[in-house]
Amino acid sequence: MTQTAGKTSGNNGAARDVTKELGAAGVRLRAESVTLGYGDRTIVHDLDLDVVQNTITSVIGPNGCGKSTLLRALGRLLVPSKGQVLLDGRRIDKMPTKEVATILGMLPQAPNAPEGLTVGDLVARGRHPHQAWYRQWSSDDETSVHEALEWTNIADLAERPVDELSGGQRQRAWISMALAQGTDLLLLDEPTTYLDLSHQVEVLELVRRLNRDLGRTVVMVLHDLNLAARYSDRLVAMREGRIIAAGTPAEVITEPLLAEVFGLHAKVIPDPVSGTPLVVPIGTAVSGRIAADA
Amino acid sequence: MTATVDKPAGKPGRRPPGLVPGRDPLRVGRFSGVWRPRTVVVMAVTAAVLVLGAALNIGRGEFPIGVGDVLATLFGGGDPAQQFIVLDLRLPRTLTGALVGGALAVSGAILQALARNPLAAPDIIGITMGASAAAVGVIVLGSGVSAFAVIAGSVGLPIAALLGGLITATLIYLLAWRKGVQGFRLVLVGIGMNAILYALVNWLLIAAQVYEAARAQVWLNGSLNARGWEHVVPVGIALAVLVPAALVLAHLLGALQYNDETARSLGVRVDGGRTALLAVAVGLAAIATASAGPIAFVALVSPQIAQRLVGASRPPIGASLLIGATLVVLSDLLARTAFGTAELPVGVVTAVLGAPYLLYLLVRHGREARV
Repeated sequence: MTQTAGKTSGNNGAARDVTKELGAAGVRLRAESVTLGYGDRTIVHDLDLDVVQNTITSVIGPNGCGKSTLLRALGRLLVPSKGQVLLDGRRIDKMPTKEVATILGMLPQAPNAPEGLTVGDLVARGRHPHQAWYRQWSSDDETSVHEALEWTNIADLAERPVDELSGGQRQRAWISMALAQGTDLLLLDEPTTYLDLSHQVEVLELVRRLNRDLGRTVVMVLHDLNLAARYSDRLVAMREGRIIAAGTPAEVITEPLLAEVFGLHAKVIPDPVSGTPLVVPIGTAVSGRIAADA
Repeated sequence: MTATVDKPAGKPGRRPPGLVPGRDPLRVGRFSGVWRPRTVVVMAVTAAVLVLGAALNIGRGEFPIGVGDVLATLFGGGDPAQQFIVLDLRLPRTLTGALVGGALAVSGAILQALARNPLAAPDIIGITMGASAAAVGVIVLGSGVSAFAVIAGSVGLPIAALLGGLITATLIYLLAWRKGVQGFRLVLVGIGMNAILYALVNWLLIAAQVYEAARAQVWLNGSLNARGWEHVVPVGIALAVLVPAALVLAHLLGALQYNDETARSLGVRVDGGRTALLAVAVGLAAIATASAGPIAFVALVSPQIAQRLVGASRPPIGASLLIGATLVVLSDLLARTAFGTAELPVGVVTAVLGAPYLLYLLVRHGREARV
């Protein structure tokens, strides 16, 4: 997959300058030997990771391998017990919360909207980092929210309560909020959870457009390996809190790696649609379903 | 709670239409916000009802004065006798009621939004009870010759109530804390705290001399009887400081209504913001309680009524203020008129009106929890 960083507009002017500073590598977000955990329980051990400008990186791995924990650390929702996270070369935990929120937007897993909140109001809250108590709906806010609604194709739902939407619409509304925030880095924690396949594809197509057309750098946690392979520039495979492999989907999704990371006996063939690796688990019932999905 | 969102259709052409449906801009100089006509209408109507209710309440008494004369006197007219009766004798009572009601309602609006739970009102989660316990302690123990009496006497009832409310709130917050505060846990801990403090109040009443117990009991019912300008001033000052603070901090409430992680990723310093908002809410509830006793259910009901009327996803500060003030003033009017010559404490009326609503909330929550 080639990166189309050229046709970008508006919000990522700042991003280009940063790329220049950092040189060709263009590392936006870097984890330096981070160890993460809750209380005494260590979940991620001494992990290094670079997130490169203008790419979609997906973190994959079995349940409980520390994917979401890593994402939370990258989004400064969790402070590493060892090591550090650098955002554009600066220690993220030393930066003001509000400043981080103008560079990096994060969508937690299965977020909850207050009852009765309209889609327009939900998306407008993405503007919080740009607002003050006396400035709550500037023309910049209005334009950004309008564009975010248009981009996610939910402008006609603006006055509907979020709790009345379908799963796919709701997820688009949340992504729209993160988009309105105007950050060129987006961290998405399992954005396709609870969605049926067509809505999963719809959300991931949207993520790809945000990357290709708006120049957003995306890091997400995904469960579905085939979708992750199709929609990502880079995959990071984790097991038990460590990175086992990182690289392009073709480099990462291999039969030995699937066995190592997931304990899964599977066959990897080229995806007939996109040419990316396609995982076919061995065993008729499961492989039959996967084949139907593809 | 299903806030209805069938907003009246905007009148096209009357003002420049916004880019986002339902969020037309309102911009004056550096100030910008969303023009919400329904909120403006609700607040205007409530303010009118409040003024009318206040005038009726002031007009009643041994020497009845018509609404027109009351309003004229309030706005600078009237003869000297009317001026004396209205401004010196009767206005403080109604004004205290309105201010206390407004303070309680804003306190409830903040707490309910923070806890994302309509049960999180200061009178449900023990903050009002904490203020009451301290006040009753001062009334009951303050007349002795012990060291406590000396301290209590010099502190005074309102300050004691304020401290009691603040200490209780701090305790609830610490007990409910577990890597952040969940709304539901805050409510449960608060209800437990409320029960403990209620027991403490009862013990104080039993231990007290009969005369003091009676005095404490009247105060505990929440009453506006014999309220003078000396009661208006503290709660007035508190509102003048804390309500603007609430309005400034209110822009955090939108983001804080999400879970903590979403709020943080929107750039909110969650713990700092929540602590500041809690402090404002507790201050308002405690000062209101210190002025008029624990007037029941106003803080619980007013924000919910306001939220439904304006069709918002969280209790609105301004509309809650006006609804709370109106509720207390109208309840006081009812307390003074409905039972002939016997005047009830206003808290009895608000309790009778508010208790069924609390039951409704509990039943509804129980049902939702099972779904």
